[in-house]
Amino acid sequence: MSYVRDVGALARKDLLLELRARDTLPAMLLFVAAVFVVFHFALPGTPSRLETTGFLWVAILFTALLGLGRAFVPEREQRTMDGLVLAPCDRSAIWLAKSLATLAFLAAAEVVALPLYALFFHHVGGAILLAVALADLGICTVGTFLGAMAVVTRARDLLLPLLFLPLAIPIVVGAVGASVAHAPGKYLAFLALYDALFAVVCWGSFEFVVSE
Amino acid sequence: MAGATIRPVLSLRRIPLVALALASLVLVTTALVFVFYVAPNDANQGFSQRIFYFHVSIAFTAYACFVCGAWNAFRHLWKRDPRADLESYVCVHQGTIFGAMVLLTGSIWAKISWGHWWVWSEDELVLFLILYLFYCAYFMLRFSLDPGPQRANLSAVYALFGVVLIPVSFAAIRLAKEFLHPRVFTLSGPRFGGWILVTYCVAQSAMLVLAYTLYRIEIAGKRLDLRLRELRDVMA
Repeated sequence: MSYVRDVGALARKDLLLELRARDTLPAMLLFVAAVFVVFHFALPGTPSRLETTGFLWVAILFTALLGLGRAFVPEREQRTMDGLVLAPCDRSAIWLAKSLATLAFLAAAEVVALPLYALFFHHVGGAILLAVALADLGICTVGTFLGAMAVVTRARDLLLPLLFLPLAIPIVVGAVGASVAHAPGKYLAFLALYDALFAVVCWGSFEFVVSE
Repeated sequence: MAGATIRPVLSLRRIPLVALALASLVLVTTALVFVFYVAPNDANQGFSQRIFYFHVSIAFTAYACFVCGAWNAFRHLWKRDPRADLESYVCVHQGTIFGAMVLLTGSIWAKISWGHWWVWSEDELVLFLILYLFYCAYFMLRFSLDPGPQRANLSAVYALFGVVLIPVSFAAIRLAKEFLHPRVFTLSGPRFGGWILVTYCVAQSAMLVLAYTLYRIEIAGKRLDLRLRELRDVMA
């Protein structure tokens, strides 16, 4: 039970920081809106639902990258990572809490982005909503993990997209498949499997990312 | 002596480098002779199908390198074996080199078979493209960190992600085909048997021995480099 309490406390810290500083979420919202406008001009003629669905997922992925890139920046700037590692809690709690906070930011961005997409392009169905929920989990668990790795390197922000995008390709496949296929069940199951598999791997190996 | 602790199972390490180099020379030459002179022409694709022997055996070797890299990464994280980090890195490095060769031979095969240098319908080729991007990022990560326990840990964790990504990506590519390419290419797969099987086995063992030789050469070079640096530090 103390594990859940630790995760809750750490996640609350991140949400509180965001509430006070408002660094990440406004940037994500502005970015996703700008990307939609760029897509409108990048897609000549009247794009089909198939095409815009693909672009929706590109927009979500890149918006998530924006948030993930910021996830460990406060820890680096305030030098709080050592304190977190030394805290008497399981180290994987740091990753889980950070994933939950990032998930909250991404979900908040999507609450605006999806209606905007429906307004600009095509309506959003139930399968897309389910796919968004499952894909968000995968994006945030894997992305936060890689964000913790990238933040200690010299290249920092430059490295995260390079580390993350090859691992995000299966998410894109599952998400786009679920959004456009007539029977999305298979793709949603694949997304759930991906989430579970990588969550276990991240949970098990986060210890090695933050300790020597 | 570190060698004293090695169990007989791992005695592969005790084979002298010269013997390995000679073995790979002989095996690669034999493989070339088998591929070009012994293996029969394919009924559908003719002479050009012979690139299959190299393409598939190189691909299998690259997988083996990635899996070895992950195994060494696991050894580093679990047992804290001091040699495992370098060995994992060299395995991944060899795997990436062989991966580039898979993309190259696959591309040539695609050009001959379908008239395009790149086909998205060829599962293995797409998988290797994803893996290639993934493992190139491995080097970016590694070279963006100073040598030390942190670099070893992060590299090891990322190498472990690689072996999870291989089956997941493969499943993803198969799934993607259903909405990207409703028409599935059906390659008249080579029916194994007779000289085809023999040629494939020779080519496969040639590539594996070659990869292991290159691995040993690289690791010897890297160890020498480290030792030299240590000596320089002592002198300074």
